[in-house]
Amino acid sequence: MSIMELNGGSVIAMVGKDCVAIASDLRLGNQALGISANFQKIFPVTDRIYLGLPGLATDVTTLRERFRFRVNMYTIKEEREIEPETFARLVSSTLYEHRFGPYFIEPVMAGLSKTPSGGYKPFIAAADLIGCLNFAKDFVVAGTASSKLYGVAEGLWEPDLEPEDLFETISQTLLNAVDRDAYSGWGCVVHVITKDKVVTRTLKGRMD
Amino acid sequence: MNTFADRFSTTTAASQLRHAQKLAEEEEFDATMWGSSAGFGSLTKGVPTFTVPAVPDPTAFLRLHTDDHADPSCRIKIKHGTTTLAFRFQGGVIVAVDSRATAGSYIASGTVKKVIEINPYLLGTMAGGAADCQFWETYLGMHCRLHELRNRERISVSAASKYLSNLVYSYKGMGLSMGTMICGWDKTGPAVFYVDSDGTRLKGDLFAVGSGSTFAYGVLDQGYRWDLTDEEAQELGRRSIYAAGHRDAFSGNTCNLYHVKEAGWTFLGNYDISQMHYEGPGDVPGAPGGGYGYDIRVEGRNSSDPPEEAAAA
Repeated sequence: MSIMELNGGSVIAMVGKDCVAIASDLRLGNQALGISANFQKIFPVTDRIYLGLPGLATDVTTLRERFRFRVNMYTIKEEREIEPETFARLVSSTLYEHRFGPYFIEPVMAGLSKTPSGGYKPFIAAADLIGCLNFAKDFVVAGTASSKLYGVAEGLWEPDLEPEDLFETISQTLLNAVDRDAYSGWGCVVHVITKDKVVTRTLKGRMD
Repeated sequence: MNTFADRFSTTTAASQLRHAQKLAEEEEFDATMWGSSAGFGSLTKGVPTFTVPAVPDPTAFLRLHTDDHADPSCRIKIKHGTTTLAFRFQGGVIVAVDSRATAGSYIASGTVKKVIEINPYLLGTMAGGAADCQFWETYLGMHCRLHELRNRERISVSAASKYLSNLVYSYKGMGLSMGTMICGWDKTGPAVFYVDSDGTRLKGDLFAVGSGSTFAYGVLDQGYRWDLTDEEAQELGRRSIYAAGHRDAFSGNTCNLYHVKEAGWTFLGNYDISQMHYEGPGDVPGAPGGGYGYDIRVEGRNSSDPPEEAAAA
């Protein structure tokens, strides 16, 4: 029995043209038994950063609170909002603090970072359970369906997708990947982050 | 000179060995038989022949390397995770199964046929090793036909299932993995027998087998009566497989439904489990109308989405 597969769940993030998207399934299970079809795994960190936490459900809750606390402390001390790059380092060091007894979570981050010229640049990253960061230019995946997500995403993703097309791409990728994974599924949620708004949609998925 | 004598002698140790080797070679059947035995070339000697591992104790070797529920950390991985059910009632036998095949967490197929049509009066269900079930239940079909030819009457479900259980028992310990229900109609009426690779054979009214069986039993026990109408019984089978497909990660995709009556079995249909969740099984007799899913069933009348009067109050 693998702890990473105890509760199931998967997250994916993709880069588009001046936008990013992050999506997850909604299943919470106890091994083969499905428990809930509305278990939130993606959380807003700031207006422009979202964090996905697939893995052990108890650690999803713990880490969400821990990151909320640390981001609040950062905001108070620095008197400004945290940037995605900085937040990724914060996630990484928080996880590495527990190098010899880790949280069973593989975080996925998606956000828009401010450029010196005042514009916004898409940012995505993922980490393993002890904080090794992976900055990708296209997409990142994590969770029990990660191998299937890689396959579908490699086939569907293309550069410079507009927000609506990015939404379609990430939705189809996730929906089709989790249909091949026994531990993920039971509905999905998708967030598309653009410079002036975040669009959140819940998708109807297979319920078996 | 002795060696020359040995070559033509029929009594010395060397000649006895030669004789034994010759007999062993004859055990091998002719490869041409594969071309004229409907794909059952290995049965041309009347009994199936299998190659076994060339070790002193093949059973111990196989136990060490094949999947057995006594030792789940297995090496030769076999398809697991299934929901199959069969029950007997006034109008015959209902057989319902899911169609998912998993290899670890990977869903290898969603369109598996887990009901094996042994002959027009007998059905077998598939759980455990797909190949084991498929091969031995087809083989059982051949013997059921031979029984018919020899005795000029159809084999009883009891006899057919006992044939299968004795057969798998003779391979006990060699890693066969099957949990099956042999269902049919004979002189005694509708009959269901549970047979598994441990050698268990049980007669009963109602069985569910596989990782989703507990979920199926939940619905089945709640709705089961002997005097169910055909439509009610078919709906109960479908609804039970839905419940298992929904809750069990290793069951799902679609439900195949069969009804065995006096005139033999009929295939009633293939129902998508997600479609049953959202919309119900469609326009079929016995269906309540609307989806089976809890959220769909209670829409507009639950605590998070209360009826208008309750919300206004």
